[in-house]
Formats: sequence, C-alpha cells, structure tokens
Amino acid sequence: MLEVREIDAFYGPVQVLWEVSFRVEAGELVTLVGANGAGKTTTLRVLSGLLHPRRGQVLFEGKPIHHLPAHRVTDLGLALIPEGRQLFPDMTVEENLLTGSYLPRARRSRAESLARVYQAFPRLKERRHQLAGSLSGGEQQMLAIGRALMSQPRLLMLDEPSLGLAPLLVKEVFRIVEEIRAQGVTVLLVEQNVTQALAVADRAYVLENGRITLEGSGPELLGDERVRAAYLGI
Amino acid sequence: MVEGVISLVQSLVNGLLTGGIYAMVGIGLSLVFGVMRVINFAHGEFLALGMYLTLWLFRATGLDPFLAIPIVVLAGGALGWVTNRVLVGPMASGPEKGYILMTVGIGLVISNGLLLGFGAHPQSIYTSYSTATFQLAGVSFSLPLTLSFAITVVVIAALYGMLNRTELGRAIRATAQNPAAAELQGIDTQRVRNAVFAIGVALASLAGVLLLPVLYVIPTVGSVFTRKAFVVTVLGGMGNVLGAIGGGLLLGVAESLGATYLSSGYRDAFGLIAFLLVLLLRPAGLFGRSQA
Repeated sequence: MLEVREIDAFYGPVQVLWEVSFRVEAGELVTLVGANGAGKTTTLRVLSGLLHPRRGQVLFEGKPIHHLPAHRVTDLGLALIPEGRQLFPDMTVEENLLTGSYLPRARRSRAESLARVYQAFPRLKERRHQLAGSLSGGEQQMLAIGRALMSQPRLLMLDEPSLGLAPLLVKEVFRIVEEIRAQGVTVLLVEQNVTQALAVADRAYVLENGRITLEGSGPELLGDERVRAAYLGI
Repeated sequence: MVEGVISLVQSLVNGLLTGGIYAMVGIGLSLVFGVMRVINFAHGEFLALGMYLTLWLFRATGLDPFLAIPIVVLAGGALGWVTNRVLVGPMASGPEKGYILMTVGIGLVISNGLLLGFGAHPQSIYTSYSTATFQLAGVSFSLPLTLSFAITVVVIAALYGMLNRTELGRAIRATAQNPAAAELQGIDTQRVRNAVFAIGVALASLAGVLLLPVLYVIPTVGSVFTRKAFVVTVLGGMGNVLGAIGGGLLLGVAESLGATYLSSGYRDAFGLIAFLLVLLLRPAGLFGRSQA
C-alpha cells in the first residue's frame, strides 16, 4: 500500500534522513520506533507532503506522491495525526471535526462520520461546543484522532499519540489504535513508547540517526537484544 | 444647553457613520494579517483604486456610484486574488523584508499609476443626493453616508456569518490558527490565502466606493487610508475581526469630536492621538489579550 524508497530529507542544509526505505501493506499495523531526534517525525512529514524529500520516492498504491502538497496527499486517503495534536484551539470540538471532513469526498458522508466519532468518543460529544484549546490532554488526543478519521483515511499515520498522557490514557490510546486497525484502516504508528508499540505492531522498523537499522515483526524486535538494550533498558 | 447636546450628538453620529467604513477598511487588513501574517502596506491604495474605478465608471457611463458597487467589488476581488497569487503569496513564506517591500512597492505602483491616469488634482463625484440630508430628533444625517453605513453593516454581518457558518469560513479560520494542520485536513491553504487577500482587497475597494460621495480624491489618498486601516487594526488587536469594528468606530468618533471641538484642519491627527493614548494604556489594543 505504501512504499518508501531511499528517501533523503533535509531541513535547510542539515540532512535528517538517509536512504530511508520501508513499506506498509494494506491492513497492517506497522510501527516506526526510535529515540528522540532519530527522524521519526521528519519521516511522517515527508509521507504526508509537508516536507519534500531531496532524493527517493514515496509510492502510495503504486503512485508517486512525494512531490504532492499535503492537502492532495490527504485527499488520496493518507491522514496524519501530527505530534502535539495540532488542533485548531479557537474552534469548538465540533468545528474541528467538521474541518476534518473538509474534502468533498469526505463531506458526502460527513453526518455518518460524525456520528461514528461521537459513538467512539462520547466525551467529545459532551464537549462538542467547547473550544478545543480548553480540553484536557487526553481529550485533545481523542479529538485529533477523531478529526483524522473524519477524512475517511485508508492509511492513518500517528505521530507519538501517547506523548504527555497519563499511563491509563496511554493504554486507552493503544486500544483505540488497534480498534481502528480492526475496522480495516491500515496504520503506521510512530512511537517513543517502544514496548507498547512493538506489542501491538505486526511489523516494526527501528530508526536511528536518520537511518533504518532494524526491521522485523513486533515480537521479534521486542525480543531482540539490541532493541532491549537501547530502548527498553533491560 | 440643548444646542450643545445636539451638536455633541451630531458629532458622534458623523463619527460613527464614518467609523463604520473605517471598520470595514480595517477588517480587510486584519483578516489578511490573521491568515497570512502579512501586513498589506498597499491596502489603502487598493481603496484608492476602488474610488478611481467608480469615478471613471461615473464619468464614462454615468453609472451611479452605489450601483457600481458589484462591478468594483468583483474587480477588486479578482485583482486581490491575482496580486496574491503572483506577487505577495510567493514572498509571504520568506523573510519579512520581502513582503514588506513587495506590498509597499505595489502601493507605489498603484498611486503613481493613478497619478498618470487621472492627474494630481482633487476630484469628486457630484450626484443629486450628494448633499442630501434627513433630520432625526434635531440631528441631521447625510443621506449617502447613512446609506454607506447601512451597506457596511450588512457586509460586515455577511462576512462574519461566512467566517463562522460556511466551509470556506472554517477553512480560513483553520488556516489562520494552524496552517500545517489545515493542509493535513485537505485544505489548499494557498487557495485560502488567495481568497482572503481577494476578500481584503474587495472590502477596501468597497470602502472606496462608499467614501467617494463624501470625499475628494487625489492619487495619494491611499496612504492616508493604509494608515487609518493600520490604526483600526492595532486598536482592535491584530487579526481580530470583531475588534476592528470597535477600532473603526473609535477612530471615526475621535476624528469627528476633534474636528468639532478643536480644529477641523487636524481631523486626521486626532485619530492618531487617540491611537497613541490607547496604546499607552493598553499595548495589546482595546480587545487584545495581553501577551504576559
């Protein structure tokens, strides 16, 4: 479904990604793990069209998308939930959700999407007239997920959804991610929370200093000594 | 005593009627700043362009200024779209100096183009109702200015409704609040910026038409209104559309009271004095949230 081929990406003169290659098959839950600053967020920025790679290709269902602006990428069915949620703070919860279905193809089934999101997140329904900026961290993450689902993505990318959340909420977020996958949406999950990410993933890639250094199934990497030493502190 | 009250009310009325139009000029500037973080230094020149287009239509075809509104607004919108698409938009993502020089340059080209086309002498339109007034409780209302004010109220209300109730309005607010996140929702933020710039220029052109019946125009009238728009915007808080209404009315009233009670020759100065006083007391503007 998604194929990344030898991507080199830069911020100005600084190279952040070196020949990054990986793939995500339809229906999979793939995770990209790595330390802070390894290039995980940059990778997602490239995939979503917010940053264009200097070399390499991104293919979505066989078609190159690395030169497209972000709004076109979203229209193809590839949605990103960015790090730090990036909600519209001075809009209400409901307006944030409606903005998520701005695209004409998503607008057609807006009412059903909204009902489904409210069913999955009753808290959002209770607070639908509240400003997004006034929500708690957990509620904001739910809203960010709900907003992305409103665009009816076929591939959902999440950047550190557990960041800054209490342990109980982290568990809840991972449960939701698995549920979204169970409903047929392919998921690419970027996490610093390596243990939990590997536990839910079908396959995983380890990103170190802008390069993919390891790949394997979730349980495989969870048992890998290098991963355990570097990320799990065991 | 009674005469004194009436003259005060008269001055307030005149100030509010003009202030409404100032508000519309300010809203255009404020909206563009809110979405693009670009101060359009050519804003007043676009207003002047609206005035001269109306003047030219009137001279060439005898078209009444109020009936020229749809043409001038559409022309202004189209010009704004193209200007942003070709000239301002590409500079907006670069360093500040780039777009400042660009918009100042556009303003210079417009005002000198007007000078070339229409000459330096003051011109005005005289219609059958230019000096018509009606009385209400002893206060006299200028007919064209009252009509202009009514149109302003309708346009600002429609704009407010558009921003809060429509798909485009939500896209505009989303782009203002978080452009990258707006792109991720599928919003073509470059188009939104073009649309916002078009709306800004259309509002300025409309204000030009509405002011024409009560003003002499000269090619450099634009710079005066860029300054006024800037005052209105800063008074209301940068990027705050509702605040710009308050800022516009305050500016109109300050000018009018100053002209009535102190000296009509320094009309423009009183607005600026009020502006400085407000900034001394409330640096974030009348309605601005302090950045503490």
